[in-house]
Amino acid sequence: MHKFLIRSFVSSLVLLFTLTVAAVAKDVKAAFVYIGPTGDHGWTYQHDVGRKAVEAAGFKTTYVEGVPESADAERVLRQLANSGHDIIFTTSFGYMNPTNKVAKEFPNVKFEHATGYKREHPNVATYAARFYEGRTILGTIAGTMTKSNVIGYVASFPIPEVIRGINSFTLAAQKVNPNIKTKIVWAFTWYDPGKEAEAAKALIDQGADVIAQHTDSTAIVQMAEKAGVYAFGQASDMDKFAPKAVLTSVENNWGPYYVDRVKAVANGTWSQKDTWHGIGDGMVVISGLDSQMPSDLQAKVKKLQADLASGKVHSFTGPIYDQKGNLMVAEGKTADDGMLAGMMTYVKGVEGDIPK
Amino acid sequence: MIKIVKRDQPSKAIFFFTPVLAIFLTLIAGGIIFYILGFKPFEALKFFFIVPIADKYGFSELLLKATPLCLIAIGLSFCFKSNNWNIGAEGQLTFGAIVSGGVALLFYDQEGFYILPMVILAGAIGGMIYASIPAILKTYFNTNEILVSLMLVYVSKLILDYLVVGPWSNPEGFNFPETRQFSDSARLPLLFEGLRIHAGIFLALAAVVISWFVFYKTYLGFQMKVSGFSLKTAKYAGYKGKKMIILVFLISGACAGLAGVGEITGPIGQLHREVSPDYGFTAIIVAFLGRLHPVGIIFASLVVAITYLGAETAQIFMQIPKYTGQVFQGMILFFLLASDYLLFFKFKFIDTKK
Repeated sequence: MHKFLIRSFVSSLVLLFTLTVAAVAKDVKAAFVYIGPTGDHGWTYQHDVGRKAVEAAGFKTTYVEGVPESADAERVLRQLANSGHDIIFTTSFGYMNPTNKVAKEFPNVKFEHATGYKREHPNVATYAARFYEGRTILGTIAGTMTKSNVIGYVASFPIPEVIRGINSFTLAAQKVNPNIKTKIVWAFTWYDPGKEAEAAKALIDQGADVIAQHTDSTAIVQMAEKAGVYAFGQASDMDKFAPKAVLTSVENNWGPYYVDRVKAVANGTWSQKDTWHGIGDGMVVISGLDSQMPSDLQAKVKKLQADLASGKVHSFTGPIYDQKGNLMVAEGKTADDGMLAGMMTYVKGVEGDIPK
Repeated sequence: MIKIVKRDQPSKAIFFFTPVLAIFLTLIAGGIIFYILGFKPFEALKFFFIVPIADKYGFSELLLKATPLCLIAIGLSFCFKSNNWNIGAEGQLTFGAIVSGGVALLFYDQEGFYILPMVILAGAIGGMIYASIPAILKTYFNTNEILVSLMLVYVSKLILDYLVVGPWSNPEGFNFPETRQFSDSARLPLLFEGLRIHAGIFLALAAVVISWFVFYKTYLGFQMKVSGFSLKTAKYAGYKGKKMIILVFLISGACAGLAGVGEITGPIGQLHREVSPDYGFTAIIVAFLGRLHPVGIIFASLVVAITYLGAETAQIFMQIPKYTGQVFQGMILFFLLASDYLLFFKFKFIDTKK
């Protein structure tokens, strides 16, 4: 009898909760368009984790994976807008023009485009994360842990997002170890395990004993594990793919933003904006630190993380010089968002030229 | 008892019946797969093959998707009929898109009736130039055209990558890998307000008519057919084999190049890294499913196009993984090749009591 009472109490609580959630939800339906498979353990996987957070908050969601950035994107978007979705998240840069085009036809549907810059209609918002803050942490760890003073970096495409990451990483590494050099290999892909592994191998052969990556597969950390060098996870916590090699990961945490925006649609408070959140807002998350890192380094990283979050430390604080020795940011100044958004020059200490 | 007997001659009726059989078997196998995955088979098949084209917009999207497939497959049928294995239509499409996109970008801030014809012509020429490489290497150096044309696909994609990342990238585009948008004069006209179907479909239809005429009404078509059956016979008959190899590759390349033009000047309107979702490779399935016959290819391109649309609809409405679309394409080809067995063999009932 006693158990029965507890059970019915619990189940009625659950029911009440479900009802409340359902009432809040107001039938808002969110849709997500992914560039890759949800099982890539990188970019798309993390967006899908964010989608699940929206589901958990009581909203219905739909997703379409593996949508090429070709003429097909527009059809998928139109179909989603046409089938009762109130807000659509398009999670790859190449969806920028189709997103704006379809948004014009569906003024009552909200569109959220990740990593783009075009907001041609009042129902288009853009969002991105300040991943470079995470790379400041990675640079600090890499600069401390390297013995060869050569750090490898597998990059995807020479766009400001990636250049900014390389610079932020190198500046932080130099701060703890002025002798380091960052060697870059351009893979010209966001996701190609074969190419990425090759790039990592080339860097290890050139003496790099820490490998950072700005591509999405787990191939690089696995290659590092095999070669016995250190690496960092990208987008998701990749520790389980290479427990010895991975010192930490920078995770993309889209969930809170997605829940926020979908709720805003439900409440009627959604408005167009450009969001660029970092560690402070929880969009960029640092995974657990590996025990191979000395405890003073761990403490240093924890403090840096807190300072980046509070804004006490900025990833791009002067003096910063470019490769030729020209001053980019004066002493005591920090780079503004405009400069960060268009950053297309390497800082001193990065080897090689940006491919043109 | 049933015995398998070799046919004296391949059956013509079976020749055109097996593609239908392959599609039918694919539907059954697809239904079984859906059932195993835990979806209602008939509902899933409905969302896959009927819902996407149930309205005017859906049907126009089907035609939009089938247009490049049909165009490329028609071009490929010239090659395949004459025993030339051009696997690199994707590369010829990409290179055609590069050349035509280059011309469109020259006029990005201009309007004028003369722009579009130049853009289209440039695409055809680009495809022809790219297809001539494996053709010339084959005729004069005896290289294997399968390998050469396939490897050139990757080269063309790297060239496109280089151009959109570097010299051709939009100066106002924050260095993202894409070019400027083309001017309206460089875009293929839309056929209906609000739909994406564009004038490129006429290019595909023209290719169908011309290819039918060439295949069945000209000496060239006859030569191609003979070479397809036996190269030795063709040589014995005194056909100029080298010329024909180059000619069919040029036709094939032009068609693929035009398909590239249709994509970039139709729905896309600029150059970026993903001009084609592997139309050049999928068109190989289309060509064979259509039995290298112009009318067959029209139907085949519609069937394969719907596997793309269906995969999207099925994921949106039933949460079926989108990659099942590719499974369907693979199954169609598999069942087609498997049922080709019936072309050469037949089942014979034998009374064993006697």
